[in-house]
Amino acid sequence: METIYYTYQDFYTHTKGILYLLMIVSLFGIAGFWNFLTGKDDDNKENE
Amino acid sequence: MSDKAAIDHKTWFTPFNAISGTIIIIGIVISILRFTVGLGAVTHLSDDNPWGLWIGFDLLVGVALAAGGYVTSAAVYLFGMKKFHSAVRPAVLTGFLGYSLVVFALTYDVGRPWRLPYPFIMQQGTTSLLFEVAGCVALYLTVLFLEFVPAPLEWLGFKKVRELAVKLTLPLTVLGVVLSTLHQSSLGALYLIAPSKLHPLWYSTYLPVFFFVSSIIAGLSMVIYESALSHHYFADKMDAAHLQESEGVTLGFGKAASLILAGYFTIKVMGIAGGDHWHLLGTPYGLWFLVEMIGFVALPSFLYAVGVRNKDVTLIKWTAAWTVLGIVINRLNVSLIAFNWHLPSARRYFPHWMEIATSVFIVTIGIVLFRFIVTRMPVFYEHPEYKD
Repeated sequence: METIYYTYQDFYTHTKGILYLLMIVSLFGIAGFWNFLTGKDDDNKENE
Repeated sequence: MSDKAAIDHKTWFTPFNAISGTIIIIGIVISILRFTVGLGAVTHLSDDNPWGLWIGFDLLVGVALAAGGYVTSAAVYLFGMKKFHSAVRPAVLTGFLGYSLVVFALTYDVGRPWRLPYPFIMQQGTTSLLFEVAGCVALYLTVLFLEFVPAPLEWLGFKKVRELAVKLTLPLTVLGVVLSTLHQSSLGALYLIAPSKLHPLWYSTYLPVFFFVSSIIAGLSMVIYESALSHHYFADKMDAAHLQESEGVTLGFGKAASLILAGYFTIKVMGIAGGDHWHLLGTPYGLWFLVEMIGFVALPSFLYAVGVRNKDVTLIKWTAAWTVLGIVINRLNVSLIAFNWHLPSARRYFPHWMEIATSVFIVTIGIVLFRFIVTRMPVFYEHPEYKD
């Protein structure tokens, strides 16, 4: 359901708050994904 | 009938020639209609929808998928990844043909095509995004021509001119990256002028960033996809170096595409959060947006990663084709499907069959030219007299 905001202050406090939380999640998420993506690089090099 | 005549007959009447020939004949007839009777005779364009399939597909998709040229050149000449060198010429050729056909398609879409050079001689001001796009596309098409010209010069045997052209490689690559960064993002910025017409899930003040980042994904995926098709149809034209480097190109570009897709997914989610559009995800447009985001961004990112981890080249190639389809869907969503979303269905745009046929005609011209060039010029192999 759509949230009703009465002022821009309310809108930005809410959306920026969510954005900052998402940025923290993304930092860990992208780092984890990089580990997954390159996880077998060392194994593959050893096999070559 | 002599043997030679029999061979000639056999050579010319192939399924490829028959299908492409039919499409080209239909395309020529529609072109005559377009340029003699006008846009109204062959399109469903209107005041509500002045930009249709020819902008959404031929221009936006064409420019995005032609990004392989600058992506590959930058990887090899700027970042020093010489192991991808064999991919440069096919990628630059695809980019050059892609941009040439974008300009060719524009002559169909612009009401008075003879005024295409007007931005350079009597434009309304340098703050215009269309001026920026026109300038960049014209300059970048020239850059791509100069980047590709060593191949025809080797084919024709013009050694000295070819040497000069090769010396220009590095500055041309830098110029290509700068111009591509500018106009790939500007194509997204064009839609910033229509916040009330584009659905909020696709509209964002970050549209230029979305377009630029997705163009890198399109470029990487298109190089992998084009390489897969070329290996199927033109394997006999490839030298040992090209065949040897092919798997490395697929794995390297697949890895890059996987990571950039993950980043793209992240910034798209940020776009929803920034506009507080979460509640729209449950609507029919929201579900279509989720199909695009999960099916054509998150899924290929994961599949690329699995392919790279397991060195599964086949999976990466199929994922590249899927990602290319995702880019097509994204550009059509922004320009057509989610555009004018609030209008009643009677006023919505659906392309005329002749618009679709024209787009197929233009793509076919590209395929025929690609085939003509790679079967004659040193694109998939190094010319024996120019092994540098």
